[in-house]
Amino acid sequence: MSLIREPFSEGDSLIHRLDPRGKVLVAGTFAVLVAVAASPRTAAAGLGLALLWLALAKLPPRRVAARLLVVNGFVVFLWLVLPLTYPGEVLWRWGWLAATREGLAAAGLITLKSNAILLGLIALAATVPIVDLGQALHRLRLPDKLCHLLLFTYRYLYVFEEEYQRLVTAMKIRGFRPRTDLHTYRSYAYLAAMLLVRSYDRSERVYQAMLCRGFRGRFYSLKEFSWQRRDRIFFTLSGLGLLGVAGVEWLLPLAARRLGAW
Amino acid sequence: MHISEGVLSPAVLAGGAALAAAGTALGLKKLDYEAIPRVALLSAAFFVATLIHVPVGPVGLHLVLNGLMGLLLGWPAFPAILIALFLQALLFQFGGLTVLGVNTLTMAVPAVVCFYAYRGLLRRGGPGASVAAFACGATAILLSGLLVALALLFTGEAFLRVAQLVALAHLPVMIIEGIITLFVFLFLKKVRPEMLEGIYGTG
Repeated sequence: MSLIREPFSEGDSLIHRLDPRGKVLVAGTFAVLVAVAASPRTAAAGLGLALLWLALAKLPPRRVAARLLVVNGFVVFLWLVLPLTYPGEVLWRWGWLAATREGLAAAGLITLKSNAILLGLIALAATVPIVDLGQALHRLRLPDKLCHLLLFTYRYLYVFEEEYQRLVTAMKIRGFRPRTDLHTYRSYAYLAAMLLVRSYDRSERVYQAMLCRGFRGRFYSLKEFSWQRRDRIFFTLSGLGLLGVAGVEWLLPLAARRLGAW
Repeated sequence: MHISEGVLSPAVLAGGAALAAAGTALGLKKLDYEAIPRVALLSAAFFVATLIHVPVGPVGLHLVLNGLMGLLLGWPAFPAILIALFLQALLFQFGGLTVLGVNTLTMAVPAVVCFYAYRGLLRRGGPGASVAAFACGATAILLSGLLVALALLFTGEAFLRVAQLVALAHLPVMIIEGIITLFVFLFLKKVRPEMLEGIYGTG
């Protein structure tokens, strides 16, 4: 069973059928916008927009939730540390531990922003198969070599993982049990090194086979990207949504101040 | 350690992205088309290494191997690490898009620094090379921890404690990575010395 999968790229929803180039652009802009936002209102608006995309992508909710739980580890760590160490007004005290209002607010804001971006990326970027993404990035004028590197790396991930599973099986058959000692570390190091050697050989063979078949440093995709009516509609509506999020961050405080001055 | 989305300040994110772009451009320039499969292979290795969990007492730490990446690749470690982190962000949602620059910097700068710092000793061979291989793995993690802490500190003074804890958490990893890098180096030197050509070459 492969550990590396693209569970979100399979599907037949509206989002899956959109042109990857548009999705990548929208996802990138969205991530930057939410990342620079400083107010929780903006983060909440971003979260709303991301949830909307997610609903359109019709991804299995359980899998998305499981993914969120795993990647929120750093956020949980911040919840444990930030409220107790952030300087500010003390909300409650327990022995020498004191939680501050500012600390809780900061942790809350980070949680909102982080999850909004994550959901947006799951809905828009993770729904593009990596191979199509490589092509799309190439069309969006990313350096040639970088796109090649991406596609080759992606190809080798599976080679590598297969070799890894075989070597682990071989170790288990020989009774290897990981412990905290030098023998374990040496075994893991040899595992990693053997993995490198074998994959090196296989990658050489793959590359030579590609050269034999006339590979000239270009990847051709059978899939033609087409910019259709649904792409225009999605792009326009998402653009408006992004403008709305930006408005919540920069225009709303301005408007509030104007009203206050009246 | 990856920093998640939504934590760092815009200035740190932008600075990280700009520096990472410069580093990647330099790395790509030193990389010709024939070498791409080999670099991609190590990029994939870097990705898979994070799936290997090594027991340290009660907890399992995953390997990072950025010191080894530097040792084997030199400058091209920059684009290789960038691609690996990009794929992790897409496939596992670890790290993220806006922090990609900062995360690439915190991993790739130590890799390149260690490559140039220890190359002389590694080339000379003997027990000195073993010490250098260990130091290469350990120093890379130490520098990574410090860079992550710096990124957090530049975001806000209030992150001081968080930054300290993050840097501390890198210390046990440092020793493990040193040992693993040492054994990988010795193994490769014995079994497949041509994979170490980056150290012995002139580039």
